[in-house]
Amino acid sequence: MSSEQIIFYILSFWFIASSLAMIFARNAAKAVLFLVLGFFSAASIWILLEAEFLAITLILVYVGAVMVLFLFVIKMLNIDKSTLRAKFAGYLPLGIVVALIIIAEMTLVLGNAQFGLDVMPSPARHAADYSNITTLALQLYTTYVYPFELAAVLLLIAIIAAITLVQRQEVNRKKQSISEQVKVKAKDRVRIVTIASPSKEGK
Amino acid sequence: MMDLWQSFVAGVNESMPWFDGNIAAIIIILIKAIALIVPLLLTVAYFTYAERKVIGYMQLRIGPNRVGPKGWLQPIADALKLMTKEIIFPTKANIYLFLLAPVLAIAPAIAVWAVIPFDEGIYVTNLDVSLLYVLAIGSIGVYGIILAGWASNSKYPLLGALRSASLLVSYEIVIGFALVTVVMIAGSVNLNTIVSGQQGGIFNWYFIPLFPMMIIFFISALVETNRAPFDVVEGESEIVGGTHVEYSGMTFAVFFLAEYANMILMAVLAVIMFFGGWHSPFEGVPYLEVAFAWVPGIIWLLAKSTFFMFLYLWVRATFPRFRYDQIMRLSWKIFLPITILWIFVVALMTQLHIGPWFA
Repeated sequence: MSSEQIIFYILSFWFIASSLAMIFARNAAKAVLFLVLGFFSAASIWILLEAEFLAITLILVYVGAVMVLFLFVIKMLNIDKSTLRAKFAGYLPLGIVVALIIIAEMTLVLGNAQFGLDVMPSPARHAADYSNITTLALQLYTTYVYPFELAAVLLLIAIIAAITLVQRQEVNRKKQSISEQVKVKAKDRVRIVTIASPSKEGK
Repeated sequence: MMDLWQSFVAGVNESMPWFDGNIAAIIIILIKAIALIVPLLLTVAYFTYAERKVIGYMQLRIGPNRVGPKGWLQPIADALKLMTKEIIFPTKANIYLFLLAPVLAIAPAIAVWAVIPFDEGIYVTNLDVSLLYVLAIGSIGVYGIILAGWASNSKYPLLGALRSASLLVSYEIVIGFALVTVVMIAGSVNLNTIVSGQQGGIFNWYFIPLFPMMIIFFISALVETNRAPFDVVEGESEIVGGTHVEYSGMTFAVFFLAEYANMILMAVLAVIMFFGGWHSPFEGVPYLEVAFAWVPGIIWLLAKSTFFMFLYLWVRATFPRFRYDQIMRLSWKIFLPITILWIFVVALMTQLHIGPWFA
């Protein structure tokens, strides 16, 4: 066995183990952390496949942003695991059916017929100065420029939709205008009035 | 010496055949890592001393001057004190995550340094996507703070962690956009190529066409490293000490180390991105270029970074703390539009071939 294979098996083992641990973890925060470990293992396997741009994007987007927001939400919610476990038996038959369908689909798509060594020979190693990101960028901005732009527009629409959804009730909203707050002078807020002090006789 | 090394490598390769003869490469990487981490941690120790001294003089105090001559041994004494202190675990804390949090804070803060080039050819590794690597690994540091807040099972750490999570995620976007403009000029995400593109004197450095981006990067770096005036995560006067409340002794020291290592990283990154990295400012200047030709590039890089590290302290001694919503407003309503606008400006400058940067 070469060192590459040893590294691959270690990473794959970590990937599968952390995915299983994610499912069986009793604590939601721990489950998120196992998912993060899973992402790291997947990214490392991609680096082994010379896809360093994809690997680092996976860490940047999923580990750096998405999972942070997951943790954020988990901290806000006080999840009571006992109610979830009570429904476990009820959902089990449906879950098994869905799992079997997914396994069947994946074997059909990812099986030997499509990705076997005779159909897809293992790719040749590139030289040390091969730039994965340059190749990817050239493809993305020449051959696939329209799908790429369409995806970008779709994401923009999603962002605008999300913002409009949370911004809908305009009534009774208290807003502060920072520029007005900064511009304010003392005489706008405080009125100094001189009052004649009453004399001792109370006149 | 060389013979000894070669016979050692041959012996190890023979006894461990599964390394494919890569054992020498692994040992060299380990030596490089140690040569990087030890000076880094020493710099962190003396950066804390510099901070106390600089802020002391700015506030008309003297600062630490009791331990050793002029207080030079103060960081060593502090380190010894923190190492010998008891680590207290809160009763209701989640012990595993409580201990994992400082590890998750320090590990990325040190791992990022693997791709930082200090001089022509002086780096641990020359990754082709090194800038993305810096951003990706840098974004993991937030886990340390979030977990510290959650695992402590205490009010103030939780508040601090909640503040930091949204703050760091939103400022990562700003930093990302600001650095996109650098990538557009340099035409590469490799830090070595970015520095090489700024060769040829002070007017070739990227801070001139990207001046607003440089300012935004520096301010965002203050937020990312939880420094004053944006240190709402710690906010002593509001939430006691934020995420660090329940940490004591060495566990607290590790958070401290991570914060300062990140500050130094951001200073070095600012120099690499906008101030010509290891290039001398006198390149192309008659007489001065020859007079300073003997100075190695790493000295220029460190000298320029030291200035930015000083700026951190200067800012901390000068400005009062921002309110939380004001920081968020600064990010989403001011910085983000400016950075997106500047991407268009850079695209325009590229089309018009302006200056030495877009030739």
